[in-house]
Amino acid sequence: MESNERRVTYLNAGHTVKSWLLTVDHKRICILYMISITVMFVIGGLMASAIRAELLTPAGDLLSSDTYNKAFTLHGIVMVFFFLIPSIPATMGNFLIPLMIGAKDVAFPKINLLSWYVYLTGATIALVATATGGLDTGWTLYTPYSTAYATTNVVLPATGIFITGFSSILTGFNFIVTIHKMRAPGLTWFRLPLFIWAMYATSLVMVLGTPVVAITILMAILDRCGFGIFDPTAGGDPVLFQHLFWFYSHPAVYIMILPAMGVISEIIPAFTRKKIFGYGFIAASSLAIAIIGFLVWGHHLFTTTQSMYAAVVFSVLTFAVAVPSAVKTFNWAATLYKGSVSFESPMIFALGFMGLFLIGGLTGLFLAILGLDMHVQDTYFVVAHFHYIMVGGAIMGYMGGLHYWWPKISGRIYPELPAKAAALLIFVGFNGTFFPQFIAGYLGMPRRYHYYPPEYQVLNVLSTMGAGILAVGYMLPFFYFMWSLRHGEEAGKNPWGVLGLEWTLDSPPHPHNFHETPIITSEPYDYPEMAREFGEHAGHGTVEAAHV
Amino acid sequence: MFLQLSLFPPQASTNAAEVDLIYVMMVLLCGAVAFAVIAAMIYMGIKYRRTPENLVGADIHGSTALEIVWSIIPFFIVMGIFAWGTSLYFKLEIPPANSMEIFVTGKQWMWKIQHMNGRREINNLHVPIGRPVKLTMASEDVIHSFYVPAFRVKADVVPGRYATMWFEATQTGTFHLFCAEYCGTEHSRMIGSVTVMDAADYEAWLTTGNPSPVEIAAGTAGPASGSAGGASVVQGAAGAAASPVQAGAALFQEKACATCHITTPGGIGPILVGVPGSEVELASGDKVLADDAYLRESILTPLAKVVKGYPPAMPTFGGQLTEEQVMSLIAYIKSLGTSQSAQAHQ
Repeated sequence: MESNERRVTYLNAGHTVKSWLLTVDHKRICILYMISITVMFVIGGLMASAIRAELLTPAGDLLSSDTYNKAFTLHGIVMVFFFLIPSIPATMGNFLIPLMIGAKDVAFPKINLLSWYVYLTGATIALVATATGGLDTGWTLYTPYSTAYATTNVVLPATGIFITGFSSILTGFNFIVTIHKMRAPGLTWFRLPLFIWAMYATSLVMVLGTPVVAITILMAILDRCGFGIFDPTAGGDPVLFQHLFWFYSHPAVYIMILPAMGVISEIIPAFTRKKIFGYGFIAASSLAIAIIGFLVWGHHLFTTTQSMYAAVVFSVLTFAVAVPSAVKTFNWAATLYKGSVSFESPMIFALGFMGLFLIGGLTGLFLAILGLDMHVQDTYFVVAHFHYIMVGGAIMGYMGGLHYWWPKISGRIYPELPAKAAALLIFVGFNGTFFPQFIAGYLGMPRRYHYYPPEYQVLNVLSTMGAGILAVGYMLPFFYFMWSLRHGEEAGKNPWGVLGLEWTLDSPPHPHNFHETPIITSEPYDYPEMAREFGEHAGHGTVEAAHV
Repeated sequence: MFLQLSLFPPQASTNAAEVDLIYVMMVLLCGAVAFAVIAAMIYMGIKYRRTPENLVGADIHGSTALEIVWSIIPFFIVMGIFAWGTSLYFKLEIPPANSMEIFVTGKQWMWKIQHMNGRREINNLHVPIGRPVKLTMASEDVIHSFYVPAFRVKADVVPGRYATMWFEATQTGTFHLFCAEYCGTEHSRMIGSVTVMDAADYEAWLTTGNPSPVEIAAGTAGPASGSAGGASVVQGAAGAAASPVQAGAALFQEKACATCHITTPGGIGPILVGVPGSEVELASGDKVLADDAYLRESILTPLAKVVKGYPPAMPTFGGQLTEEQVMSLIAYIKSLGTSQSAQAHQ
C-alpha cells in the first residue's frame, strides 16, 4: 500500500494559497469551511463564557447591561447562523456526499466555492458590526425594539446574516441536484446511506426556508430606515415579524439537527456491525420532520395571546412532529439489539447524542403543552431545552462525525484515549451546565437577564461550573486533532473496518475520489453479507470488506 | 444551601396547582421513557458488546409491526397530553365574567398600574385574595411580557394592541413580577412584585390614596402623575387621584368627543351608551364585537372600522393620547352602560 507521502491526495495536490482559495474540490471546500466555522465557534464560545461568568453572581458586576445584552445577542447569532447551520452540511456534507454516492464532486463545484465566499462575506460583515459597537436585540431581532428603539448596529449585522443565508441556499441547491443526478449506477434511493437521506431533507429545508428569513431581514432593514411594516405607530404589526422570522427559524432548527441525526445513523451501524434497524422508517422520518417542521412555527408565539385557536393548531402539530423523532430514537436503540457493539470514541459521541437528544426532545413536549408554556415560555426552561437539542444533539453529532471521518479526511488516526476523555467531559459538562437551567426556568427565572434575584444563584453557579468542564471538553479535540496531523498513525483506507463507499478510498482520498465509477449492488450496512462473503473477522484490519 | 433549593414557585393562584400537576406528570412520564430507553441501551451495549465470540451483528432488518406500535402508542399519548394542556390553557386564558379589572401599562423599564378607583402604583401590584383579577395591558414602546411565576401565567404586552391576563390569588404574600420579553438595556430591572392582601386590607389600601412624598422618596412607589404625554392627574375627592372613569370623563370633554358622540340620535358619530360588549355593524357589512381592542382601535385609527350609517369623519387621536388615557376613555365609555351578554368575552 502506497504511503501517503508518495500518493497524490486532495491535500497535497497543490500547495499554493491560490490552489486552496480557488479550489473547486469539494473536499478542500470542506476544509475551508471547517476552519471558518471553528473560528466562529471560538467567538461564540467566548461570548458564552462571558455570559456564564457574569451569571455566577446575582448582581451585574462583571459587564455593563449593554455589554451583556450584546454578548448574548452575538452568542446566538454566531452560534446559529455562522456555526450550527453550516456545520455538518458544509463540512461533512460537502466531503462525503460525492464519496457516498460514487461521484467525482458535487453537481456545481464552482457554486460550492462561491457558497464559501458568500459565507465569509456575511461572517466578516457581522464581525465588523460587532467590532464597531455590536448588537443588543437578541438573535431573534424582535420588532419594534430592533427596528425603532435599539441604538446599536442593526442594519450591519442583519446584512451579514442576510448574505450568509445565500450560502445555505446555494449549498442546499447543490446537494439536491447532486443527490438526484450523480448517483453511481445501481445506487437506487433505497440503497443510499442514511446520511444522504438526512442531507437531502436538510437541503430541502435550506432551499425553501432561508429565502423567507432573507426577506424578513430585508423588511426589518427597511423598517430601520423608516418604513412601518412592523411599527404599530404607523399601523404596522410587530407580531408579523415574529411569524415571518419563525417561519424560517423553526425549520432552521431542523437544518441543525437532521444532519446530526444522519451522522448518528452512520455511526451506529458501523460500531454495532449490524444493519440499521428500520432503514425505511428512518429515511421517511427525515422527510416527515422536514415537512411537518414547516407547520409548527407558531409555538414560538404562544404567549403573544393573539388567537387561541391558532395556538391550539400549532400545539397539536408540534406534538405531531415529535413522533418521527421518537421513531428515529427507537430505531437507533433497537440497532444495538444483537449487535456487536464496540465503544470507540465516535460511538461514545453517538451514545451521548442519544441521551441528550432524548432529554432535549422530551422537554420540547413540555413546551408544546399550551397550559404549561404560559408559565415556562421566555424562561431558562426554554434555554435549557434548545441547548439540549442544539448542543447536546447537533454539536455531539458534529463531534461524532468529525471523529468518525477524521481518518478519511486527514489520513491520520487521532489518539483514542484523549478522545474518549473529551466525549465524557463534554457529556458531563453539558449536563452540569444545562440541567440546572430547567429547574431555574420552572422556578421563574426569565431568560436574557443580566442580573437576577439571589434565590436563583445556586442553580446559576452549578450551571457555570458545568460550563467550565464543557469548555475543557471542547478544547481537547483541537489539540489532539492537530497533534494527529503530524504524529498520528497513517489511517489506511478503512481504519474502522466498516462498510461504506467512502471507506473503499484512500485516506485522504485522491482529488478525483474514484479511479473508476463504482457499481452498487447491495443495500447499505450489509454486515451479514460481509460476514458471509469474507468471514466474521472481515473488517478487522482488512480493507476488502468495505464494499460488498 | 441545598436544603433551601425548591423546585417550584409558590402555588399562589387557582390554576397553579394544575399547571404543576401537568408538569410533574410530564416529568414522570418523560423520565420513565428516557430511563427506559437509556437503560435498554446500557443493557444491550453490555450484553452485545464485541467479543471474539460476537464479531458481527445479527441479520435483522427491522420490524414493521414494532414501528407501527412505537409510532401509534406515542402518538396517542401525546394527543392525550395535548388535550389536557389545551383544556388548562382555556382555563388560564379566559377570565371569569365577574373579574375585577386593573389597567397595566408597560414601558421601558417599568410597569405602571392603575386600579379602577384611581389608585396608582409602579412595579408593585396589589390585589385582593380570592377574587378573579383581569389585567388589561398596553405597551408604550416595545414588546414586554407581564410574568408572575407564582400564578403560572404571563402575557406578552405588544405595542399597538391590548393584552389581557387574569388570575385569582389563593395565598397572601408578596410574589415576583418579571418582564419576560427582552426589551432593551434595563430589561433585568423591569421587575417588581405582586402583593396579595386579605379583602379588608386591600379595600383599606385602595382608599389610602396615591403614595405620599415619603413613599416616593423611599422608592416604594412611583410618581402619581401621568405618563409621557404630560397628562395631569385629575384630583378627585379628598386629594386622591381620579379614577380612570373620572379621568376618562374629563378627557371626553377636553378632546371634544362629546361634540359628535352625543347621547341622542342625529349626532355625527354613534351613540356610545351600551356599545361596549355589543355587536356593531360596520359600513362594510361585517359585524364585530365591540371589545376593548375595538374601542381602542376606534379612538386611535377610527377609519379602520366605520360604523354603518355614519360618515368616515372621525379624526384620529393616534399620537395625542397615551395608552393610559385611552384606557381611561374606555373605562368612561363602559361606565355609560355596557352590553351584559358579552361581558365574558372582554
